[in-house]
Amino acid sequence: MTTAPVPVETASAPISRPRNLTRWLSTTDHKDIGMMYLALGALFFLIGGVEVLIMRLQLARPGNTLLEATTYNEFFTLHGTTMIFLAVMPMLLGFSNYLLPLQIGAKDMAFPRLNAFGFWLTAFGGIVLYLSLLEGPPDAGWFAYAPLSERPFSSSLGTDFWAAALLMMGMGTTLTALNIIITTVRYRAVGMGLWKMPLFSWMVFVNSFIIAFALPSLSAALIMLEVDRALGGRFFQGGGSPVLWQHYFWLFGHPEVYIMVLPAWGIISEVIPVFSRKPIFGYEFVAGSTVAIAVLSFAVYAHHMFAVGFARPVNLAFAASTMLIAIPTGIKVTNWVATLWKGSIRMTVPMMYAIAFIVQFTFGGITGVSFAVLPIDWQLTDSYYVVAHFHYVLMGGTLFALLSGLHFYFPKMTGRMLSEGFGKPAFWMITLGFNGVFLVQHALGMMGMPRRVYTYPDLPGWGALNMFSTVSAFVLGLGLVLTLINIVISWRMGRIAGDNPWQAWTLEWATTSPPPRGNFVRLPPIKSSRPLWDLAHPEDPDHQRPTRHDQQGKGHIRPEEKGHEQ
Amino acid sequence: MSAPAVLPTLQPASPLAVPITTLTYVTLEIGLAVFALVTGLTFYFIWRYKHRGADGEPPQIFGNARDEIIWMLMAAGILVVLFVLTWTTMNRIDPQAGQDGTPDLIVTGHQWFWEASYPRGTNPSGMGVVSTASEIHIPTGRKLLLEVGSADVIHDFWVPQLARKMDAIPGQGNRLWIQADKPGTYLGACSEFCGAQHAWMRFKVIAQTPQDFQAWLAKQAQQAAPPPPNQTDVEDGAGLFVRQGCGECHTLRGIGARGKVGPDLTHFASRGIIAGGVLDNTPENLRRWLKNPQAVKPGVRMPNYRLNDAQLRQLTAYLETLQ
Ligand code: HEC
Ligand SMILES: [Cu+2]
Repeated sequence: MTTAPVPVETASAPISRPRNLTRWLSTTDHKDIGMMYLALGALFFLIGGVEVLIMRLQLARPGNTLLEATTYNEFFTLHGTTMIFLAVMPMLLGFSNYLLPLQIGAKDMAFPRLNAFGFWLTAFGGIVLYLSLLEGPPDAGWFAYAPLSERPFSSSLGTDFWAAALLMMGMGTTLTALNIIITTVRYRAVGMGLWKMPLFSWMVFVNSFIIAFALPSLSAALIMLEVDRALGGRFFQGGGSPVLWQHYFWLFGHPEVYIMVLPAWGIISEVIPVFSRKPIFGYEFVAGSTVAIAVLSFAVYAHHMFAVGFARPVNLAFAASTMLIAIPTGIKVTNWVATLWKGSIRMTVPMMYAIAFIVQFTFGGITGVSFAVLPIDWQLTDSYYVVAHFHYVLMGGTLFALLSGLHFYFPKMTGRMLSEGFGKPAFWMITLGFNGVFLVQHALGMMGMPRRVYTYPDLPGWGALNMFSTVSAFVLGLGLVLTLINIVISWRMGRIAGDNPWQAWTLEWATTSPPPRGNFVRLPPIKSSRPLWDLAHPEDPDHQRPTRHDQQGKGHIRPEEKGHEQ
Repeated sequence: MSAPAVLPTLQPASPLAVPITTLTYVTLEIGLAVFALVTGLTFYFIWRYKHRGADGEPPQIFGNARDEIIWMLMAAGILVVLFVLTWTTMNRIDPQAGQDGTPDLIVTGHQWFWEASYPRGTNPSGMGVVSTASEIHIPTGRKLLLEVGSADVIHDFWVPQLARKMDAIPGQGNRLWIQADKPGTYLGACSEFCGAQHAWMRFKVIAQTPQDFQAWLAKQAQQAAPPPPNQTDVEDGAGLFVRQGCGECHTLRGIGARGKVGPDLTHFASRGIIAGGVLDNTPENLRRWLKNPQAVKPGVRMPNYRLNDAQLRQLTAYLETLQ
């Protein structure tokens, strides 16, 4: 097969399904649950987005009085909690749920009903969080540092709602993670060895171990906090230790950062090869570095606490581990870039988001390393520089990967293509808007602006940069609205996608769009990580190439590839 | 006094902050070089290898273990350099030796203002009594040991031009060094979210020549002057201060007020800002504050006394005499 991967019109129309409410409430199909996770994530993303636009309005001018101090604090607490636990995590779990069984050639998850249960726990967690509006929302920030989060300083029930919501969502996520682990171990199709799994599945698999080990730390901390709050315990107050809370929280919280980025890397590792028309460069390194990151992610957590006054050796140890984790992360970036090399690059909308991801994620990664350089952290931690840094990673990184994934997998999920006419302008608005919002915040941090302030004095430059940031936020918001419109319109009247509109090579593209219940009528033979390539190129299948473990030169190498053989 | 620095993290005024700025530049340069390399290659490849209608698939290149190892070693090399610089810089800006002595200055975070007290005041009568708020005076040219603590929740003491930042944690006295080379005013802020008015927990460090500092300290060590005769407003204000119970929360040496919740007001009028920088200290602003602190700084731990105009005039007049 030699044609370009432009979407091709095929005869198979999207399969229509029953559309009643009971079906969605009772479904255990992994694709339905995946879609519901995505919808849940999108809904809360909208809520968290509106919250932040109002916050940006408050910050547009020094001394603005749109929001009161406490209201602003409630807003950023809700914004952080919502975006992390109710927007980004559900959207990532949505892709994981939808794609993992398809990619490994399974009919469904190992425990479909547990899967549904996990989703509903998350959904109800979201409801509980927002029920706090009745009692006064939480206002201690998403990491709720003790003793500010303790009863004497946060007396409303908001923090209790917050803790209950996180416990529920945490449990739902953990169950889903266990389900993913078991599904991956037990339900791979015949022929699909672990080292032949598509990279998205690889990362989701590894990610599930991080979830399973990190979330208990959060749950334990939340229960201790509630013992303090409800029963007058002394874990983090009285004779207890406020810093202990930070240890528990970040032992969860830093792995959480990777939980939010691994599946995003997975999406990027699918999109870039397809639109470069090449396999991923260094599959084993991309997959293997993920394992290294999973392990290291538990060993770096205290870099969130460099200002608490640790002894020198403790600080140095966490600085070293933080620098170390930059290596496997950097390996991923270099491999994505190397995948572009000598490719035949198609700048589709998903590819544009993937490229923006590389640029922005690299930027956020580098500012991350600057925090491992401890004296810099001693200046800039808890300033706007931090806000800029982690939004480059989580928004410029993860959200862009999600948008890439949305444009890439929408045809698989709905049977129709998203419109490029909407997609491209939306991309530019989102990209320019995003960078406009956050680039200047690095400068604000260096100018001395602390984060989490509801207002600020009229110091030279502060007003102008904040105004610029606010205006950009609205450009970004418009781009996202345009994307939403694109989804709604294209879902109804987008071009019919066919099974494999991008001419990709992994199993999810070997079935109809959307896939039927049970996913596959018939699986192609699986002999490499690109079964559909092998099918289309019987003269040059992947598995006949020399591999790293077989240096004997069996199989053939095309002349133009000489010098790059392994 | 000169205008405050626009980019305080890059305009250090202390031998304890200069190395941080140097390291920031080094890291910035390395970081930008890496970033330029990655983005440069990305965009070059996109331009060079963009599909221009050619048939067929490009060469299928699966990777190269040797290249991967070279990249990893390159990254590791850069990081080793950064780590060594990190370590040496830490030793210069945060020397551990001598940190267990008596601090020169104790800084305590309160919701939402900073209190500074001077345990080693040279004026014998000043020992342990001088306490001020939101404006921390220090002598220039000398490395001072600071103990940072908190009376309630976690705060963070940050004066970018003079030192590293340090968390103020209840029950844990953290130590750090601070130094200013030249007399001047250096802006600081609380840098850890600490509740409703975290935004207005700002402060100034006022560095003075040792002589000026000693003079200031001696003055601060004195009790508040008794109200001058024939100024009825001032006298009435002093009485009002006692009757209203302001002393429950405020210390005012000279009339027996010993509260510890709010700032020490003994020399209130010598300060330039009110309540963590939310207002400049002028008679009109003070009046606004006393009229309803909750309107000026919502959530503040000082009640609204609903004072009438006469009472406001008297209290303001009195507090303005507390030089
Ligand atoms: C319940 C405790 C409390 C009482 C009673 C109280 N104050 Fe205060 N006051 C505070 C606190 C706390 C602050 C600092 C608030 C901040 O900056 O967040 C403050 C700040 C001030 C300040 C500004 C000081 C500075 O340096 O910034 C003045 C002046 C003041 N109070 C005067 C009074 C007067 C006069 C009374 C009596 C009418 C009074 N206060 C009663 C708690 C109290
Ligand atoms: Cu504070």
